[in-house]
Amino acid sequence: MSGHESTYVPKTGIEKWLDTRLPIVRFGADYMSLPTPKNLNYWYTFGAILTVCLMIQIITGIFLAMHYVPTTAGAFASVERIMRDVNGGWLLRYVHSNGASMFFIAVYVHMLRGLYYGSYKAPREMIWILGCVIFFLMIATAFLGYVLPWGQMSYWGAEVITNLVGAIPLIGEPVLIWLRGGPAIDNATLNRFFSLHYLLPFVIFGVVVLHLWALHTSGQNNPVGILIPKDRAKKDMIPFHPYYTVKDGFALLLFMIMFAVFVFFMPNALGHADNYIPANPLQTPAAIVPEWYLLPFYAILRAIPDKFGGVVAMFAAIGVLFVLPWLDTSKVRSMRYRPTMRIFYIFFVINGLILGWCGAKLPDAPVIGNFTTFTLIDGDLNSFLWLTRFATLYYFAFFVVLLPFVGLKEIPLRIPLSISEPVLSGPDAMSGAVPAQAEKKG
Amino acid sequence: MAESVVTNEAHNGEPGGPEGEATRRDFIHIAASAAAVGAGVMVAWPLINSMNPAADTLALATIDFDVTKVMEGQQVVITWQGKPVFVRHRTAAEVQRAIADNTASLKDPATDQDRTKVGHEPFLVVVGSCTHLGCIPTFGTGDYGGWFCPCHGSHYDASGRIRKGPAPTNLVVPPYEFTTATSVRIG
Repeated sequence: MSGHESTYVPKTGIEKWLDTRLPIVRFGADYMSLPTPKNLNYWYTFGAILTVCLMIQIITGIFLAMHYVPTTAGAFASVERIMRDVNGGWLLRYVHSNGASMFFIAVYVHMLRGLYYGSYKAPREMIWILGCVIFFLMIATAFLGYVLPWGQMSYWGAEVITNLVGAIPLIGEPVLIWLRGGPAIDNATLNRFFSLHYLLPFVIFGVVVLHLWALHTSGQNNPVGILIPKDRAKKDMIPFHPYYTVKDGFALLLFMIMFAVFVFFMPNALGHADNYIPANPLQTPAAIVPEWYLLPFYAILRAIPDKFGGVVAMFAAIGVLFVLPWLDTSKVRSMRYRPTMRIFYIFFVINGLILGWCGAKLPDAPVIGNFTTFTLIDGDLNSFLWLTRFATLYYFAFFVVLLPFVGLKEIPLRIPLSISEPVLSGPDAMSGAVPAQAEKKG
Repeated sequence: MAESVVTNEAHNGEPGGPEGEATRRDFIHIAASAAAVGAGVMVAWPLINSMNPAADTLALATIDFDVTKVMEGQQVVITWQGKPVFVRHRTAAEVQRAIADNTASLKDPATDQDRTKVGHEPFLVVVGSCTHLGCIPTFGTGDYGGWFCPCHGSHYDASGRIRKGPAPTNLVVPPYEFTTATSVRIG
């Protein structure tokens, strides 16, 4: 799993004995001593934060499962029992439910960091693709988990999302019945969702191992985005441990403080009040909204007037990430040195937030004020319907238009010859060139 | 081990099988792989099939309902196969409007006669879940004298036909029949 030469020397007799039989200590030592570029900033700490998020979800989940009853009759009550009667159950559940949100905050930062610094470009395509697989599995796991408390949002969220499958022509209906285990969402559905919700985190864990394997094979990217030449490895690389274990540890601490603020002071701020009403198959809540982290994709789903088209667009929004390495034509990895693309990138981040905002609103509601302008095809121009459509358009245009074409036209800034160059002061420090101006952007 | 390597080499250079041509060994490889795939499917199928509706779930497939419980202008929601079913006793004006709309521009064309039983025209029996994403439409708030789905804004008329909004098809008429003059069997 390590892409570098082993520097581990077994010292004690036991280590020597073990090293020729099961070199697990060597594996761990090599793993932790991965040569890492010395210029990684705090955006690079989210990988470690995500690892901890996954561990927290798995561990709290195992203990919650000891008290949870996966039946339509018992699920809601068992969750309330966890909250009221199980020793420390409220803590386990709030850590688990808020942990999902923290997991997504971290994964979005992690992905946007990869996008900004071009971490998906050769030779790191597999790291990126495996990351996309993890993201997709995370969405599936989060959705399955949200159904388990069997509240109103659980039930109707499951109803709406499983119905997406029904939109597939010809095979949709039988597949829908197979997926639900009956004509409607019921006990069979809840039971299998519980089973899969327990399974998928371990699948994610497996893909994380592959993700890290790929990382250790192709090497860590860095904010400058250049590959570090072999002859500069000694100067520009430092071992992961202790340098980045400390840096990641500090970032993790700050992240955990935010996590704790949610868990202890506003545990339900990110949830929906309707999920404290037991599921009722005969009554739809006034508005069905997914958890905040899925709102942008939900908005894309609703932007398309055709049911199957909406489903296709929503999956395409995730699918396009898989081919991102081949859509970006620029030879320059880091957007620090891509003045044009950087602006489009900033708009992309804002656009993502707008999509999330749209997903939380009713499509017909006005965006600004309380007036109507004129009707464009099937909705007022001053409505979330049209804002969603424009934002959806930009989302896809960023990937399939801007990244391919800006990459060909854009004149990048001069790229430093080494990652030390932007740090060492003075214009003569390295090669007599002007220090990269982009350095002020961290 | 060394012995088996020798054997393999001997077979790779099998007489009558020059470079690139199919050999008997290739045939064995393909046949063995195909058998393995077949076996894999045979193992997977019971697992996949176990997720299909179980016998007890299917056993709840039919219900009987006495329609005299529904007053004119009223709608009763019953559960059939875990889904809500609207049994609506329509007023004469509603039936008239539904028939008049047979010729309107319809997304999913169907006449009101197609959607009701002869001699029982006032009764409309439809599955009460929006054909868009499965929310339950509410009666009386739509633009077409029928249902309106609050989730994504689909409008249905008095015959449960889709008239406006994202839903692709009409509200589904479940298979049902009048077993007596006043009782229906759904399913």
